[in-house]
Amino acid sequence: MALLQIAEPGASPLPHQTRHAIGIDLGTTNSLVASVRSGIAHVMNDVEGRALVPSVVRYMEDGSVLVGYDALKAIAKDPKNTVASVKRLMGRGYSDIEHRENLPLDLVDVPGMVSVKTRQGVKTPVEVSAEILRVLNDRAQQTLKQDIVGAVITVPAYFDDAQRQATKDAARLAGLNVLRLLNEPTAAAVAYGLDNSAEGVYAVYDLGGGTFDISILRLTRGVFEVLATGGDSALGGDDFDRRIYCWVLDQAKLKSPPTVEDTALLLLRAREAKEYLSTHPEAPITARLASGEIVDLTLDMATFAEISQTLVSKTLQPVKKTLRDAGLRVAEVQGVVMVGGATRIPLIQRAVGEFFKQEPLNNLDPDKVVALGAAIQANLLAGNRAPGEDWLLLDVIPLSLGLETMGGLVEKVIPRNSTLPVARAQEFTTYRDGQTAMMIHVVQGERELVDDCRSLARFELRGIPPMVAGAARIRVTFQVDADGLLSVTASEQTTGVEAHVEVKPSYGLSDDQITGMLKASVDNARDDAQTRALKETQVDAQRLIEAVRSALVEDRHLLNDAEYQLIESGIVKLQTASLSGNRRQMTIAMDDLDADCKDFAGRRMNQAVNRALSGKSIESVEATIEQLHQPKMVKESK
Amino acid sequence: MSITMTEAAAKHVGKALTQRGKGIGLRLGVRTAGCSGMAYKLEYVDELNPDDLVFESSGVKIVIDPKSLAYLDGTELDFTREGLNEGFKFNNPNVKDECGCGESFHV
Repeated sequence: MALLQIAEPGASPLPHQTRHAIGIDLGTTNSLVASVRSGIAHVMNDVEGRALVPSVVRYMEDGSVLVGYDALKAIAKDPKNTVASVKRLMGRGYSDIEHRENLPLDLVDVPGMVSVKTRQGVKTPVEVSAEILRVLNDRAQQTLKQDIVGAVITVPAYFDDAQRQATKDAARLAGLNVLRLLNEPTAAAVAYGLDNSAEGVYAVYDLGGGTFDISILRLTRGVFEVLATGGDSALGGDDFDRRIYCWVLDQAKLKSPPTVEDTALLLLRAREAKEYLSTHPEAPITARLASGEIVDLTLDMATFAEISQTLVSKTLQPVKKTLRDAGLRVAEVQGVVMVGGATRIPLIQRAVGEFFKQEPLNNLDPDKVVALGAAIQANLLAGNRAPGEDWLLLDVIPLSLGLETMGGLVEKVIPRNSTLPVARAQEFTTYRDGQTAMMIHVVQGERELVDDCRSLARFELRGIPPMVAGAARIRVTFQVDADGLLSVTASEQTTGVEAHVEVKPSYGLSDDQITGMLKASVDNARDDAQTRALKETQVDAQRLIEAVRSALVEDRHLLNDAEYQLIESGIVKLQTASLSGNRRQMTIAMDDLDADCKDFAGRRMNQAVNRALSGKSIESVEATIEQLHQPKMVKESK
Repeated sequence: MSITMTEAAAKHVGKALTQRGKGIGLRLGVRTAGCSGMAYKLEYVDELNPDDLVFESSGVKIVIDPKSLAYLDGTELDFTREGLNEGFKFNNPNVKDECGCGESFHV
């Protein structure tokens, strides 16, 4: 018979209708899976009662794959086929990986993402992560005895789109339906129920085995925004073990140098002593070394504090910097959440408490807090909401969305990493006098030129009343719903004519493409900025020429022949400069032409004012004045 | 007329209530639903209804409405572990038949 769980008042599910969703903390060193049962989040243990799954995957000779503790055991024995810390490779290119020579793995430079050569062939980090996720998924299915509707997987707040996308793909490969990716600090805050508390700023201090992360979050209307992140990718609990190990060597004054086995043993004893000191005033350290020498020492709290003081203060440097990046003072932080096993060290608790001038939140297990938060979020997303609980919408768009403006340039309307759902509007205008139609070309990407971005859709807005170039006001609204579906609406403000298109922004974009696009945007940032500046100047030049030409057609009579010739030659000069692609020459030619036209423009203005005063055409005056505040122009559709 | 709870169930409910931070007890009930006609209800209790009956077992309050009691009289609530899975089980003497999954039953 099925085993039942306790529901919230009035929320008992119908038989066979319990919707189970899980939360996964896919960590660098360890991973966990949790779910909400009887209204309370629990981490799921294996048959031996262990919650953690070491994030280690070993590819065996017989084609099987070991994950977790079994794989961890072989890490020294079979380093080339045992992949640890694969998270550091997710969504990265070969050249992004620092200290490649220190990794025991055979890394392969595959386009898109760095991969690992094992005896079972070349494995991408996505495939390796999928093995870990598969084990977590199996454990969840065995525990819940039911189908799992989906999973929330946590990622570090600083993960870029390629890394997030890679994580999503790993989940898909493992047969998991990803309900959402959630930032790790956000998950920790959710576990403490901070999402239901008052709006405010929270700090999440995450000291894991080998990495330190600090994140500053702001909660507004149930959505956590990551204000700033910082940390040290080579600082963690292991460093405290090493400090104790060094102290032991120093105190024991060994006659013969320690062997590799001695080092491993002493590091283990150091770790045990560290953990013992979290609840006791002093810890014994005893070990029998290979040489037969006996180590018998007692480490007290004060000594431990002394030898690890520099490590503790080393974590506070990034904390200060991150707060500064977020533009906040210590007093503005409403709560501090502790994550990671190393935050159990009382010394750290105290230092963090003193720094933030408040007791940090630490009543949940710091190893499990991220997985618990993910489970709570997953439970909400699966629809198991207690009455009155609200949605949390924390997804972000992976790449900026924008449209094409004159000169093949991209004007970004929604920047990447905006939380969903989102709507942004911007005004655009016509490029040519009397332009009645406009081509809206929707693109996605971080680059400045349309050609380098991905084209999503094109549509046309017709029926714009004929006006002077730059006078029309076209409001273009980009809207992305919670599922990432984009709709774009363009409407002319005076007549209200409207056109509309719907697109799925991520459709058909493979990970390789996303990775490639992001990489290219970083690689080409400087070139792009220069090209953009050049193109913009060219557009300005063309606009000036168009404007002067049309003025000449209209008001030739205001000029004498010599003046006319001067302006004409100015146009030719600018035309040549524009074609040459030399921005400096263009700017000079534009300034010259501008100067040549100064008197002409003055006369035209007087004439317009005279007309206006005689009540003929006030619009043309307004149009002239309006042109002073130019929105970006969009080209005419053919 | 009585409803009881095993030691294991009481311990687990007590722990769950503490972790949840509110609630006065556990509501047992039945409702018409499911493939065999009726389904169990197992919920936290924040407020009592006027006609609720309250039993106490191993220090935990069991709340039940009179209509449900007719179908649940003599039931013992147990908490068990099956492999990695754990949860509550109704040992209900009134049940004549239940669906394969045991989530719904028939008297």
